[in-house]
Amino acid sequence: MALETKNIAKTQLQAEVASLKAVGYRFVTLSCVDLGDSFDLIYHFDRELQMTHLRITVLKGDTVPSISNIYFAALCIENEIKDFFGISFDGLILDFGGHFYLEEEVKRYPFCKVSVKEPQAAKEGN
Amino acid sequence: MSTIIPFGPQHPVLPEPLHLKITLKDEIVTDAIPMLGYVHRGLETLVSIKDLDQMVQVVERVCGICSCIHAHTYCMCVEGILGIEIPKRAEFLRIIWSELHRMHSHLLWLGLLADAFGMESLFMHCWRIRERVMDVMEATAGNRVIISINKVGGVRRDLSPDQLRWIAQVLDELERELDAIKPVLTNDYTVKKRTVGVGVLTKEQAYELGAVGPTLRGSGVAQDVRMTGYGAYKFIDFEPVVEKDGDSYARTMVRFRELYQAIDIVRQLIRKLPDGELSVKVKAAKPEGEIVCRSEQPRGELLYYVKGNGSKFLERVRIRTPTFANVPPLLAMLPGIEMADVPVVALSIDPCISCTER
Amino acid sequence: MGFFTKLLETSRVKSPWIVHFDCGSCNGCDIEILACLTPIYDVERFGILNIGNPKHADILIVSGTVNHRNAKVLRNVYDQMPEPRAVIAIGACGTSGGIFREAYNVVGGVDKVIPVDVYVPGCPAKPEAIIDGVVLALGKLKEQRTAKDTDSLAAELHQAREFYANRADRQVVE
Repeated sequence: MALETKNIAKTQLQAEVASLKAVGYRFVTLSCVDLGDSFDLIYHFDRELQMTHLRITVLKGDTVPSISNIYFAALCIENEIKDFFGISFDGLILDFGGHFYLEEEVKRYPFCKVSVKEPQAAKEGN
Repeated sequence: MSTIIPFGPQHPVLPEPLHLKITLKDEIVTDAIPMLGYVHRGLETLVSIKDLDQMVQVVERVCGICSCIHAHTYCMCVEGILGIEIPKRAEFLRIIWSELHRMHSHLLWLGLLADAFGMESLFMHCWRIRERVMDVMEATAGNRVIISINKVGGVRRDLSPDQLRWIAQVLDELERELDAIKPVLTNDYTVKKRTVGVGVLTKEQAYELGAVGPTLRGSGVAQDVRMTGYGAYKFIDFEPVVEKDGDSYARTMVRFRELYQAIDIVRQLIRKLPDGELSVKVKAAKPEGEIVCRSEQPRGELLYYVKGNGSKFLERVRIRTPTFANVPPLLAMLPGIEMADVPVVALSIDPCISCTER
Repeated sequence: MGFFTKLLETSRVKSPWIVHFDCGSCNGCDIEILACLTPIYDVERFGILNIGNPKHADILIVSGTVNHRNAKVLRNVYDQMPEPRAVIAIGACGTSGGIFREAYNVVGGVDKVIPVDVYVPGCPAKPEAIIDGVVLALGKLKEQRTAKDTDSLAAELHQAREFYANRADRQVVE
């Protein structure tokens, strides 16, 4: 069973999300996956128990437009992703500056190139 | 002049370290900012060192209160990617234990809320009743809190006809006990004084801020992921519990009525429980692909995003827990209430911080 | 040892006040600790009382792993407690880090930050085990007091007397 997502460009994101909101979708969450040289960001929306997913792919080091101005609820998750992956969001309403969860001592962006000791089999990409 | 008061992380009414930075004007809250990270462990990264089956134990420990449902959802995801159909009896058994978890979680929460507004006797009664559910867990699964009955491909334990009869008996007693505390919740002055009209969340606000579970249903939106019919829910008749007012009292009543609903669901499950195997063999599975699964926890909608990369370790497990979604609505409820009501309102979303931060 | 010191020691051991701090627990141990206070297990019959303020607590119960952010809070709560004090680490996570010990934000067991007197294993620890742990901690609490010999007590008393005797010098002359 594959996940059906609608692939869109980064620049279309704001307009696409706004149009989903206009037809009554609820923002569920945002998932991020490290692909090696880029990130997959999957936005999950729900209306009457039917889900819609938008996918954007961003290169490492790129910024992403924040959707927290459209859905206030996106604030927490965007801060979380900033902590875990180091993606910066443009126009984030309340920015914790990468310390939403993590203290100074912790390695930055722990979800990139997994920081825990991993067996060789799972090591891919970088 | 405004004052900033830190609420938490170590606070008498909170069993968990929730930290809110609250701005006050005299006694009235004007603004609240959540400070998280006191329980953050980073267990999502453990996927790279724990294989498919070991990961079940890890996700159970995202939250000790609704562990069974976490494991269930994770197993649904992995089974979905691998294309495994599990036996019907296993589906039923999973839901029986999930609903028992819902009962103990709601009773636990009801007790904590009573404690937050100073009604110690109600707290004690709720926890006394809850011990009946815990007895069922201990007798059927061997542990009180984290019962570990789910595995990829089915369940680990069976319920014998004797045990099913006994569970039905316990449920009857439980219902009688709930009937006994019902007048307290519906008529008592103390309960109403502290909860009616406190922490109001309108229907539009709740929907727009992405509230889930009893917080959303307490504001009049009939949304329950169980209605999608995952697992054995497609064989069960039930309606989502909805209240209209959107205040702390409405959320309390949603959870209280859900207790009766859970009892009813378990009774239906016991009646309709089919015979058959407990699990299918999953051998050397190497899942590839991605999937999103949702389920209804006691606190609301739980979402798992799982991506496999064709090895025995998963690429990514992403967990969006209900309390994480309920934090923005909480921030909307706080402004305008008195400082003394903050604990009650904060508890009315049933916060589970270890879920939120993982 | 005077009569009042003895009375104080006896009553402290007979009625310990407990402060509970949740470090990075999954809630499993927390709800079991709370369950100890409720009618089935009811530790209040032993005079054990759960309170929220570390400044008048005798025993600190910690559940869960320590992470970088809550280590500071834990240290702070511990420092606020008056002596003699005992610390109980609850659950597999509290004793060693448990299932989470390999996660990046986990420092390890409670003993990485503060000294621990009693370890209660289990995932989660059962209420019976927790009550047993508290009883063991009472023994430690008593030992701690008797280990402090009368000399050091006398020294403390002397220090206090000196302080009060010199107070007049410290007063600001207006």
